[in-house]
Amino acid sequence: MIKKTGNLISYRKLIHSQTVSGYVFALPFIAGFLGFTILPMLFSFYLSFTSYRIGAESIWIGLDNYIRMFTNDPMFGNSIKVTIYYVVASVPLKIFFALFVAMLLTRTKILSGFYRSIYYLPSLIGGSVAVSLVWKELFASRGVINTLFAMLGVEETVFWLGDPNLAIWTLILLSVWQFGSSMIIFAAGLKQIPISYYEAARIDGSSFWQQTLYITLPCLSPVILFNTVMQTIGAFMSFTQAFIITNGGPMDSTMFYALYLYNRAFNYHEMGYASALAWFLLLMVGVVTMLIFKTSDQFVYYESKGGR
Amino acid sequence: MQTSTKSKRILKGVIYHSFVFGLGFLMVYPVLWMISGSFKTNFEILNEVLKLLPDSFKLDNFIQGWRGFGRLDFSVFFRNSFIITTLSTIGVTISSSLVAYSFARIRFPGRNFLFACMMSTLMLPAQVVMIPQYIIFLELGLVNTFVPLILPSWFSSAFFVFMMMQFIGGLPKELDEAAVIDGCSRYSIYSKIIMPLISPALITTIIINFYWRWDDFMGPLIYLSRPARFPVSLAIRLFADTTSQTNYGPMFAMSTLSLVPVFLIFLCFNRYLLDGISTSGLKG
Repeated sequence: MIKKTGNLISYRKLIHSQTVSGYVFALPFIAGFLGFTILPMLFSFYLSFTSYRIGAESIWIGLDNYIRMFTNDPMFGNSIKVTIYYVVASVPLKIFFALFVAMLLTRTKILSGFYRSIYYLPSLIGGSVAVSLVWKELFASRGVINTLFAMLGVEETVFWLGDPNLAIWTLILLSVWQFGSSMIIFAAGLKQIPISYYEAARIDGSSFWQQTLYITLPCLSPVILFNTVMQTIGAFMSFTQAFIITNGGPMDSTMFYALYLYNRAFNYHEMGYASALAWFLLLMVGVVTMLIFKTSDQFVYYESKGGR
Repeated sequence: MQTSTKSKRILKGVIYHSFVFGLGFLMVYPVLWMISGSFKTNFEILNEVLKLLPDSFKLDNFIQGWRGFGRLDFSVFFRNSFIITTLSTIGVTISSSLVAYSFARIRFPGRNFLFACMMSTLMLPAQVVMIPQYIIFLELGLVNTFVPLILPSWFSSAFFVFMMMQFIGGLPKELDEAAVIDGCSRYSIYSKIIMPLISPALITTIIINFYWRWDDFMGPLIYLSRPARFPVSLAIRLFADTTSQTNYGPMFAMSTLSLVPVFLIFLCFNRYLLDGISTSGLKG
C-alpha cells in the first residue's frame, strides 16, 4: 500500500488515466486469476501426463493416465455412473420442488416473509457438516425415518445406509431438501411476470393449470434454465455429504466422482492420475452444460425475441 | 349467500395456511430434531426417537461436548473458524469491490476479455485447481496453516464481483461525472462515493462469504491435518469418527452450537441474504 501511494505522487498523471486506474482496480482479479487459476491449470494439465506422487519425481507417461481411466479402472466408470444417477435424480426433483414451493408462497400476503425464511432454512445450513451428521442419524436403522415407517406399519427395518440401492437416495433427498436458493430465485422470477397476463387469461376463462402451462412456465423458462445449469454443475461436484454420510459406500454405490478424485489424490497420493480425472470432470461438466443450453432452445421462451 | 362465500374463503385460507405450515414444519423438522437431541440423553435419542421436547433441558451434552478431544476443547475450534472466516471475508469484500468498480465503471483495453475470464471461472470445477494448488502450498511449507484457506479470498471472487457490478450498474453515472468535475480522482470516487452507496451489496457479500467459509469442509480437510488447527466443521466430525460408539448427545450439542452463528446472522440480516440471492442468482 505504501509503495502504491508513492507511485501516486510521482506518476500522478499516469495513474489517473483511465487505462492505468482500470488495471489498478482490477489488479486483485488479474493477479489472482494468473496465480490461482491459470498457473494451477497449466500445472494440473502437465501433471495429468505424469505419474507424479507427493515426494517423488514426476515421470512423463504421455496419455497413460487417460488410457488407464477407460481401460483399467472400473472404479472410474462406476463413479461416473453413480454421479450421473445422482445428478439426473436430484436436479429435476429439486427444481420441481423449488418451483412448487415458490408458486405456493406467491398465493399469500400474510406471513409470506415468515414462510420464506422457514423454507429457506434447509438451504442455509444443509451444506454444513452438522446437518450431514444429523442426516446420517435420521436414516440410521433406529432413526427417525424407520420409526415413522414402523408407526405406519412397516414391520421390517430398512437399512437406508447399508443398502446399495437406497443409500444414494438419502443423499438425493438431502440435496432436494436444499431447494431454498432455487426457490428464492423462482420467487423473484414469478414477481416479474405482469399480472395483466393472468387477468386477461382469467377473463378468457382459463383454468389454473392452463395459466401455469401457458403463462407461468414460458415466462419463467429462462430462470428454470439458469437454476438447472447451476444445480447441475453443483451436483457434479458434490463431495461433503457423500464423504460424511456414506463415505462412498456401501459397495461404492455412492462413490461420487469428486469423492473418487479426492481419494485418488489424497489417500493414494496419485496426484498425476487425479489431475487427469479432474480434467475429465471439467470436460464432462462442460459438455453437459452445453447440452443443456443447446436443448434449451426447445423450451426457453425469450420475450424480447418474440418467441422461440 | 354472502356469508357462505366469506366462510368459504376463510376455510380456503385455513386449509392453505395449515398445508404451508405443515410442509414448512416437515422441512425444519431435522433441524428441530438436532436441537432437541442436544438436550436429550443418549438413551432418549435412541429410544424416544421422534420426541422433540426432551424430559428436561439439561446442559450436560454441551458441557461434555465443549470439552472436545484430548487437550483441545471447542474454544480452540471456534477460534480457528473465526480467524479463517473473518480474514477471508475482509479480503474478499475489499478485493471484490475494487474489481467490481473497475469492471463496472472504468473503460480500459482488455476489460471485456478480463470480464469473460472472470465469468468463466464460475464454471470451473474446484477440483481442477485443487491438486496443483495443494502441491504449490505444500512446496511453500504452508500446509497446516490457515494461509491456503484465506489467501485466495484476497484476490476477489467472481460471484461477489458480479453481484457488486450489478449493484454499481444501478447507480446513476451522473454521480461519477459530477465528482470528476469537482476534481475527484477515481480512487476517491471509489472510496467516497461507490463504497458507501453499495453497502447493501457489501453486507450481502460479508454474509454469504461468512456462510461459505464457516461451512467449508473440503478446504480444511485437505490443508489441515493437525487437530489443533481444526475449524468447527472438521472438529464435530470427530464425534462420529472415533472407533468407539458415537456419542450422540455431545455430537448434537456441538452441531447445534456450530450453527448458532449462522442462525443469528440469518435472523438479523435475512433480507440482505434473500435479496442478494434473488438479484444475482448466488447460491447461499
